Amino acid sequence: MWLQCVLVAVWGSPDYLRLFKESEVMDLILTPEEEKFRDEVRAFVAENITEDIRKKTMTGFRLDKVDHESWQKKLYEKGWMAPGWPVEYGGTGWSPMQKHIFEEECAAGGAPPVIAFGVTMVAPVIMAFGSDEQKEYYLPRILKSEDWWCQGYSEPGSGSDLASLRTKAVLNGDHYIVNGQKTWTSLAQHANLMFCLVRTSDEGKRQEGISFLLVDMNQPGVTVQPIKTIDGSTEVNNVFLEDVKVPVDNRVGEENKGWTYAKYLLGHERTSIAAVGRSKAQIKRLKTIASAEEHNGTALINDQAFREKIADIEIDLLALESLVLRVLSDESAGKGPGPEASFLKIKGTEVQQGITELLIEAIGNYAHPFIPESMDKGWNEEPIGPEYASSIAPHYFNWRKASIYGGSNEIQKNIIAKAVLGF
Amino acid sequence: MSFTFTEDQKLLSESADRFVLDDYNFETRRKIIGQDGGFDRDNWEKFAELGWLALPIAEEYGGLGGSTVDTAVLLESFGRGLVVEPYQSCIVLSAGLLQVAGNEEQKRQHLPSIAEGKTLLSFAHIEPTSRFNLCHIRTTATKQGDCFVVDGEKAIVHNAETADYFILSTRTEGDINDENGITLFLVPSNSSGIEMRSYPTIDGLRASEISFNSVKVDKQNVLGELNKAAESIQQVVDRACVLLCAEAAGAMDTAVKLTVDYIKNREQFGQAIGSFQVLQHRAVEMLGAKDFSRALTYRAAGAIDQSNASERMRAVSAAKVEMGRSGKLIGQEGIQLHGGMGMTDDMPIGHFFKRLTMIDAIFGNVDFHRKRFAQII
Repeated sequence: MWLQCVLVAVWGSPDYLRLFKESEVMDLILTPEEEKFRDEVRAFVAENITEDIRKKTMTGFRLDKVDHESWQKKLYEKGWMAPGWPVEYGGTGWSPMQKHIFEEECAAGGAPPVIAFGVTMVAPVIMAFGSDEQKEYYLPRILKSEDWWCQGYSEPGSGSDLASLRTKAVLNGDHYIVNGQKTWTSLAQHANLMFCLVRTSDEGKRQEGISFLLVDMNQPGVTVQPIKTIDGSTEVNNVFLEDVKVPVDNRVGEENKGWTYAKYLLGHERTSIAAVGRSKAQIKRLKTIASAEEHNGTALINDQAFREKIADIEIDLLALESLVLRVLSDESAGKGPGPEASFLKIKGTEVQQGITELLIEAIGNYAHPFIPESMDKGWNEEPIGPEYASSIAPHYFNWRKASIYGGSNEIQKNIIAKAVLGF
Repeated sequence: MSFTFTEDQKLLSESADRFVLDDYNFETRRKIIGQDGGFDRDNWEKFAELGWLALPIAEEYGGLGGSTVDTAVLLESFGRGLVVEPYQSCIVLSAGLLQVAGNEEQKRQHLPSIAEGKTLLSFAHIEPTSRFNLCHIRTTATKQGDCFVVDGEKAIVHNAETADYFILSTRTEGDINDENGITLFLVPSNSSGIEMRSYPTIDGLRASEISFNSVKVDKQNVLGELNKAAESIQQVVDRACVLLCAEAAGAMDTAVKLTVDYIKNREQFGQAIGSFQVLQHRAVEMLGAKDFSRALTYRAAGAIDQSNASERMRAVSAAKVEMGRSGKLIGQEGIQLHGGMGMTDDMPIGHFFKRLTMIDAIFGNVDFHRKRFAQII
């Protein structure tokens, strides 16, 4: 279903891009105040992102848990961890344009993406439907990145048809006993908490027998088993739940209302899934690589056909950014993002995938070598071919996930067909 | 940079939509196209009364001093009903050039009367061999005493037969494709030596091929600086491109609605064909194409008044490419989803398809603007 794991983009702009004179052409027209804000964010990112992390983010080498947490803690100290939250919970009160500038500057400066499961996924649900105790306990911990959340939605038999999920929670006094299997659980290997959809009733409509539980991962009966994907990585997992005890106090909202909460979650911060800032940074990276690659005695970037392919993607990205800004403006005017926001997911992932295609095209022969360890921490052998090339093919394959996760793009079209066009 | 409409823009949009809804249905439009000159002068008067003609004209010349976004709002509504009145040729292009290039006296003389709907202008610029190169001008203007003598051919001059004046681009210096050496003139359409062959266009407008045979133009009618018109033309045509995209956004909106309505009602195999997922997804693609094109168009419209030349050209080209791609998808799919009925002249969808296709094919198509965009990396 459309509520599948939203895996956050792990890419950014490489430091050698700095050589590429940053053109502000076609950037947004900013007011002097917005320019000042941009400079402030830019300086903050530059000060707080180490060379090591910047390089990893830029080239797509693997970021470990500490890399993410150290950046998120700096954001917390600055008060910038949760721009989308209401101010009373620790939000920033920024304008739509400021939020957009912030994302763009973080991506351009090589900051790791903030892991969404806590701050932008489970937090809004807790704010809207959680108990006071849940709010008081979890929200500050999310702000401080003291917990690592993962999302227990998909199951082996429940992908696009999420409402068919079968992981069962049976009430037993003051706790539930949970049995079942979750899958595609991104970064569960790092997580100590999982927000989880479970079946609490088989009566009536399938959607009306689902509850939303917060599960402690560090307890007997929870087994995390990595799944190796086609790019050689193991960022997704199977999570087996065997007689796992979950206190009733860890249920969000009412029993059997979990589906409603899950849908609410999807209605929040839909603009970040478009990843406009990350894609902009990747287009810059693409141009730098195309400038470095030789082709018929000149740089590949001078090839008219290749240039036009870049132009096509850039235009898509500009259109996407324009719609993102409109949706953000609507949001701040109190209009929730309608189902049209599904277009942001579709176009956003198409643009991201399009860039990975051009990157693999750009490096030509050096798409072939595959040394998975070269993307891990601590690997310091001589790269095969240009350093920028080593992660590009794995990324191309890895990024096919983008049109599948978070509700496949076909499911997004079903949503629009039903909710917007009235079919 | 704002991404939502102001109150004024909302009001404008509502009243223009209301006009299209009440006074411009498919049958009415068909009759209007059949009239002499190909548009309705009563409508033009109405546009003047409503202040729509004055909208983009500066206040000191009897206008309302509206922004490009304001005009885009109006044209989006026009696009919804495929309004054929000569707004693009007279107001956007010709009055636009007068405003950018004209001297004080020329502006005082003509702009208020244009805003009141009393004077009609047309921009005679494209030539048979110019394709999309705005600087490709063979038509010559040669100085003779107090006059210039003009010789040459102009092509696809929209609404020429109803114009009181032409804004005419000529070569006064340099080679055919040179940026330098282009001069604009304001030429009364009844000047002797002008021959016109007028015809309908495939999208329901009127245009003419015009020969200028030793046409004498007073040197007072030079518009702007001698030899230096290229930048003004580029600037005004760029704005016209964005406004054509705005018109296209309206046309796309109606085309998508017509198509969705059609497949909801058309029954085959005992059910509405809109119940088939394969068609629903195609309708969704159409809607998305419209939404993205429209968003980029308004962004370009908002940027155009504040940008330098290369930023402006990139913004405009991006919008024009997106519009061309989206318009083609919506037009072609609109016909396909209507099936055989989509092929008939009696169904509106084909008329939207034709207008969208012609908007792509003027002032640079997708291919042209993609190349222009790609040059400015």
